Amino acid sequence: MPINPKDIEWVEEPSMNFWESTYLPAVFDGLRTTGQHVADFHPVTEFYPEQKPDLPSHYRGVHRLNRDDKGRVKCVACMMCATACPARCIDIVAQDAPKDDPHWADRDKFPKSFVIDELKCIYCGMCEEACPVDSIELTNIFDLTGMSRQEMMFDKEKLLSVFDQTKDSANNPVRTHKGKLGHASDFTNLHTLGPATTVRADDRSAKANSAGVIE
Amino acid sequence: MLEQLINWFPEWARPFIMPMITIGIVLQVNLGVCSYLILLERKLSAWMQDRIGPNRVGPWGLLQPVADMLKLLLKEDVIPGHVNKFLYVLAPGISVFTTMLAFAVVPFGPVPRNLSATDGQFPYIIAPGVDLGLVFIFAVTSLAVYGIILGGWASNNKYSALGAMRASAQVVSYEIPLGMSVVGLALLTGSMSIEKILLHQADAGIFGWNIWFQPLACVIFFAAAMAEAQRLPFDLSECEQELVGGWHTEYSAMKWGLFFLGEYTHVITISFLTSILFFGGWHFPWIAEPDSQYLGSTLVKVLVLLTKSFAFIIVIQMLRWTIPRFRFDQLMGLAWKVLIPLATLNVVCVMIVKQFHLNEWWLLPMSAGLFLGAGLIGTQSSRPFARRTLEPVPEAHGHHAHAH
Repeated sequence: MPINPKDIEWVEEPSMNFWESTYLPAVFDGLRTTGQHVADFHPVTEFYPEQKPDLPSHYRGVHRLNRDDKGRVKCVACMMCATACPARCIDIVAQDAPKDDPHWADRDKFPKSFVIDELKCIYCGMCEEACPVDSIELTNIFDLTGMSRQEMMFDKEKLLSVFDQTKDSANNPVRTHKGKLGHASDFTNLHTLGPATTVRADDRSAKANSAGVIE
Repeated sequence: MLEQLINWFPEWARPFIMPMITIGIVLQVNLGVCSYLILLERKLSAWMQDRIGPNRVGPWGLLQPVADMLKLLLKEDVIPGHVNKFLYVLAPGISVFTTMLAFAVVPFGPVPRNLSATDGQFPYIIAPGVDLGLVFIFAVTSLAVYGIILGGWASNNKYSALGAMRASAQVVSYEIPLGMSVVGLALLTGSMSIEKILLHQADAGIFGWNIWFQPLACVIFFAAAMAEAQRLPFDLSECEQELVGGWHTEYSAMKWGLFFLGEYTHVITISFLTSILFFGGWHFPWIAEPDSQYLGSTLVKVLVLLTKSFAFIIVIQMLRWTIPRFRFDQLMGLAWKVLIPLATLNVVCVMIVKQFHLNEWWLLPMSAGLFLGAGLIGTQSSRPFARRTLEPVPEAHGHHAHAH
């Protein structure tokens, strides 16, 4: 369908004043600007291999799996990160925590294997947001290289070693609940969640067993 | 010493010795200066854009031109299968040959008066005593565009062909103001010889420099010469944003390097010409007068000329990163509607002054008047091609009935 001519708004180029139409003042003005940059020289170049960039702490680089205060992997193998991942690069195999081992006394599950394909990952940070126990975090390691695709499949040991490397660096602080499991582990019984908005009494969801849930 | 060297040769060979020495010096210096001008341009552009520029090869990147040269020489010299081989190989040669040839009549120092080819005086010019120097330069440098046109055409590639077309249209427009702008100088001096134009200014002192009488011609000459050398803001034939690489899209290795050698030699020639024709050449008050005879005065004169030319090279390179590229219709409009009429009127002004034996200083207000007049006309002139009618377009009868 062609555009109605009434909808077309023609924008005229602004008419030039006297000095503009002689061009030269604009040329000299431009030369002044570029000349000032030469005379007042403040390069923004970083000498990369010798001088590493100062990245912000929220930079999203290589992942790590945090350890808790006992040195165990924090991850509880809840699969939230694998579910949230838009690139589907996280592969977790969960395992029940051994009940008779005092080392795992307070934990139900832990990941038997935890593999992230760093080549598939788009570094969006959704896994970090999804994690209820603050286990998976993105560090600001950006210069990741490997000789093969297999090398870039980071397993649990490698991700934990990334944590060991980066936990003490100033740019990669363990962000919350240092040492302890995250906020989701703080309460033992879940209270009933109310709806986010008020629900009219005649609404279907108000009559449901669990408030706010439509069955 | 040079005279003894010349006399050592047989009689018939003697006139060729000095030109050969001069050509050797000019060629070598030119090649070296060109490669370092590329480094300078890269550094200058980096400084303007708050970058550092090449700094890896040697201290401050000073060996970068050597590395570039080695790279260009050692790279595989690809000749694509679909090109016209003869013209494809010929084009870079023409580009370099013509721009180097133009330098033959450009003095690069104080050319001795009463110069003879065999008296052992260093001539400071390859071909002394060419009375049609200006015509020679414009004739030869306009041939340089044949390198571009042939290269673009022989590449058998639409981008190269478009670049070549643009270059040919550009040279047709810019030859005229370029030639017209220096007609006034020839009239004022009474000679077309570049050495004589230079000496005329030097004899008259700093207030005899042609810039005082022909400022408008200087601006026109500079703009037209930049257009002829395909430098930004007039490098439409290269125009990498639209045309990949323009006319040299299919070129690689040293053939590509030769094109750029030609371009930079052209820039050097322009800078020398601007400083010789309008800014007194090697003349500078007190330190480099025509009658200064102190020890090393010749060297000072050469340095003065080189400094002036270097300043213009800097200006050309700074303009490159200052002004955006002209659109093609703007470029043609500027040449045909502004520069050619102004250059013609400027010649008329010089003729009036010469005919009625007026004081030459009348030319300064005349030039200023022409310049301001052009600005005034530019303000007042409507641009009907830019204005669209606001009336509704009549309803179409059938499809494609109206071709708007």
